[in-house]
Amino acid sequence: MSDLVTVTPAAAELIRSLREQHGPLMFHQSGGCCDGSAPMCYPAGEFRTGSSDIQLAALTVDGVPEPVEFWISRAQWDLWQHTKLTIDVVPGRGSGFSLEAPEGLRFLLRSTLARPDHA
Amino acid sequence: MTRYDAPTHWQSRYDHFIGGEYVKPHGGRYFENPTPVTGQPFCEVARGTAEDVERAIDAAHGAAGAWGRTPAADRALVLNRVADRMQEHLQALAIAETWENGKPIRETLAADIPLAIDHFRYFAGVIRAQEGSLAEIDDDTVAYHFHEPLGVVGQIIPWNFPLLMATWKLAPALAAGNAVVLKPAEQTPASIHYLLSLVADLLPPGVVNVVNGFGVEAGRPLASSPRVAKVAFTGETTTGRLIMQYASENIKPVTLELGGKSPNIFFDDVSAAPDDFRDKALEGFTMFALNQGEVCTCPSRALIQQGHYADFLAAAVARTREIRPGHPLDSATMVGAQASNDQLEKILSYLDIGRQEGARVLTGGARAQLDGELSGGYYVEPTIFEGSNSMRIFQEEIFGPVVSVTSFADLDDAVKIANDTLYGLGAGVWTRDINTAYRAGRAIQAGRVWTNCYHAYPAHAAFGGYKQSGIGRENHKMMLDHYQQTKNLLVSYAPKKLGFF
Repeated sequence: MSDLVTVTPAAAELIRSLREQHGPLMFHQSGGCCDGSAPMCYPAGEFRTGSSDIQLAALTVDGVPEPVEFWISRAQWDLWQHTKLTIDVVPGRGSGFSLEAPEGLRFLLRSTLARPDHA
Repeated sequence: MTRYDAPTHWQSRYDHFIGGEYVKPHGGRYFENPTPVTGQPFCEVARGTAEDVERAIDAAHGAAGAWGRTPAADRALVLNRVADRMQEHLQALAIAETWENGKPIRETLAADIPLAIDHFRYFAGVIRAQEGSLAEIDDDTVAYHFHEPLGVVGQIIPWNFPLLMATWKLAPALAAGNAVVLKPAEQTPASIHYLLSLVADLLPPGVVNVVNGFGVEAGRPLASSPRVAKVAFTGETTTGRLIMQYASENIKPVTLELGGKSPNIFFDDVSAAPDDFRDKALEGFTMFALNQGEVCTCPSRALIQQGHYADFLAAAVARTREIRPGHPLDSATMVGAQASNDQLEKILSYLDIGRQEGARVLTGGARAQLDGELSGGYYVEPTIFEGSNSMRIFQEEIFGPVVSVTSFADLDDAVKIANDTLYGLGAGVWTRDINTAYRAGRAIQAGRVWTNCYHAYPAHAAFGGYKQSGIGRENHKMMLDHYQQTKNLLVSYAPKKLGFF
């Protein structure tokens, strides 16, 4: 299932840097307004996932000793499951409590169709 | 047409506003604040940490008792004076807000700042008129109900309407007698300080405290503090859940406004005549571009009934093409800059996925490249997609000037599509038939159903979400309940014992 979520080299570099500063990490995909749709990066365990969530991936990132779990709410994934997700990074300010914001960078999700016949 | 000059009233640096004075950040660090108009920094802002938040909470606790005991008439007077001061400086505030956020000056002059002024006046009014209650339980027993302030509250403000959203949260909290620690968004941290430069002398020290910084460094300590009695947040779902999680650790209430994916429904009879009403409905369609689409209630799904679908959509595309992009400080500009680079990038990522999903681009669909000093700013063409409600561009709040259009057969079909979303904040219904309007409005699972209008935000009309759009209501006197405790004094006037012991 890990091929549902991939990481660009720039995002991998940022994940490595955040891992050094903050320890083990996790992602939870956001929805809604303002910075919704951004993948939020937290210290592992900071965001409590539950039965309403689904783990899409345990990302392997070079230089990061443990897998980085990527979570999304099940209701949101029901609407997204025809797409594959790529975590990228862009210059930005961010909001929410995601760890990378003070770096002047922002994780950004890019998407591609998993099933080209969807449309 | 008027072209306003870029504001010159900014300080080069803003510290935290704590206890009625400016205080340097504990960590000694600052971050640059760019204007989305040009992408260039115009000031730097304190990078707050937990120590700064603690200091602000201390100041708020020092002020909360006296402020909570201040007569409602006196608190109302402070709010009215804040409103008066804002009225005197309306144009300067509008220019500041446009420079901070990138939105067109015609909106800040006509909407953001006037609405904020009126909001202070509204809560000045309702707190004067608020009454407790008494209930006569029996001949000897009376239950008295008093409203008491919560004490110190934390408020985390979004970047799409920096001053108006701060006002939506500050006015009811202050009216109810609370002291506030407020964290502005890191994308728009400065305009609140320009406002403070105008009104700080009116506020008792410590009643309003502003700590700037990043969410993870300043927002988190505020949201997780056991010393704030309540947290109010506007933003997205993951942070909303995290704030609820922190609140659960302290058994504290929260109010959350987390956005939506608002349907805007146009029944066939809208096109029954080529009159003012149809013209108003076309403007209602085009409201997706208001504030560059950076509105929690952006009407980002347009549902058009099949009978007039082709004609109405063609007219809507034509109206959208008339939207004038340009310098946000030009009064003729209708669509300005997105608030930040990451917001721009997110919108572009949705334009990409929309095309991949097979949605048809009817107009727009790309970053807008403007000339001169605007070339470094964050501009997007107003975009209309045509597709189906299962596509991600119909299900996620893009927070850009992007609308996704589909058709519906009848009232039941319209309601089914409208409610096929995780969210329920806003909706629009356009029809000449009052029965259709009523049936649709009651059936749509959303906290606000604009009926034959859209994007009006008058004080005294409750605003808030169903489903995953959040918890609580703003913009109405009922908001006082979110900032007050109920104290019941149960009093016996009977001289005789009960007889149990």
